[in-house]
Amino acid sequence: MRELSLNVMDIAQNSVRAEATELAIRCVQDTAAQTLTITLEDNGCGMSREQIASVTDPFFTTRTTRKVGLGVPLFKMAAEQTGGSFEITSAPGEGTVTTATFCTDHVDMTPLGDINSTVSLLINSNPEMDFVFERKVDEKSFTLDTRQLREVLGDVPLNNPEVALWISSFLEENEKDLFGGKDQ
Amino acid sequence: MKSLAELQAIRDKARTQLNIRNENENNIRVLVGMATCGIAAGARPVLNAFVEECAKRGLENVTVTQTGCIGICQYEPVVEVVVPGEEKVTYVKMDAEKALKVVNDHLVNRNVVTEYTIGKYSE
Repeated sequence: MRELSLNVMDIAQNSVRAEATELAIRCVQDTAAQTLTITLEDNGCGMSREQIASVTDPFFTTRTTRKVGLGVPLFKMAAEQTGGSFEITSAPGEGTVTTATFCTDHVDMTPLGDINSTVSLLINSNPEMDFVFERKVDEKSFTLDTRQLREVLGDVPLNNPEVALWISSFLEENEKDLFGGKDQ
Repeated sequence: MKSLAELQAIRDKARTQLNIRNENENNIRVLVGMATCGIAAGARPVLNAFVEECAKRGLENVTVTQTGCIGICQYEPVVEVVVPGEEKVTYVKMDAEKALKVVNDHLVNRNVVTEYTIGKYSE
């Protein structure tokens, strides 16, 4: 994967498959400590202890089309190759929390990339699901919560083309603001 | 900065145009493979291109969505186009530019872009 945001897109798919109705994605960047922490927290079906142990194994998958499952192993590798860490906590019926911490100054650090594109496409493709996206850079942060958007939108779906456009611009403008009005 | 008030205006406008999509049986479905293999091969820009182009052209009878791995990872990014009453078309090795051509030729003008299909590619 060339961008961590692509890993996020991939891991988020696991939450969709776990029939989660809510998924929170948090990206917390600490410039002084040179760390980036990405957390995905869902309320899906969760995993048993054995499943958690086996998801980081590339030869474990719930899929039947082929014998490998690389989503979690690739995300884990991306974190660990920077000297960071990777953790999954989950229990059946209680959802899953995936946390990856990256040391951003490491030579093998993969750039976060176009996370906004990931978030807006996830919302667009799963309009029945709720997403919370939180982006934090040092003291500055912003949040997009689809439940708030839903309150305003009523019966108009989140994947209405104009709503999608609004979401994209919202993310873009707020990201710009995080970095002091400059393009990242 | 984008405001919720703006969103309200979008809602009011959308409500006047609603009810077309739900009851339309001629809904075309575009499925973009977004499993690990698809994403790694560059499926995100493809999905983005489909979503944006369909929105730009106001194609209300098209639903763009993501799907998992269908088992032909070597051909990713893979896009399936399902037109009701017609055979499913599988496009392989897609990119954003090819996606625009598929929107124009296939989704709008109903001509399959044969050169991008799996049948043509595996010849």
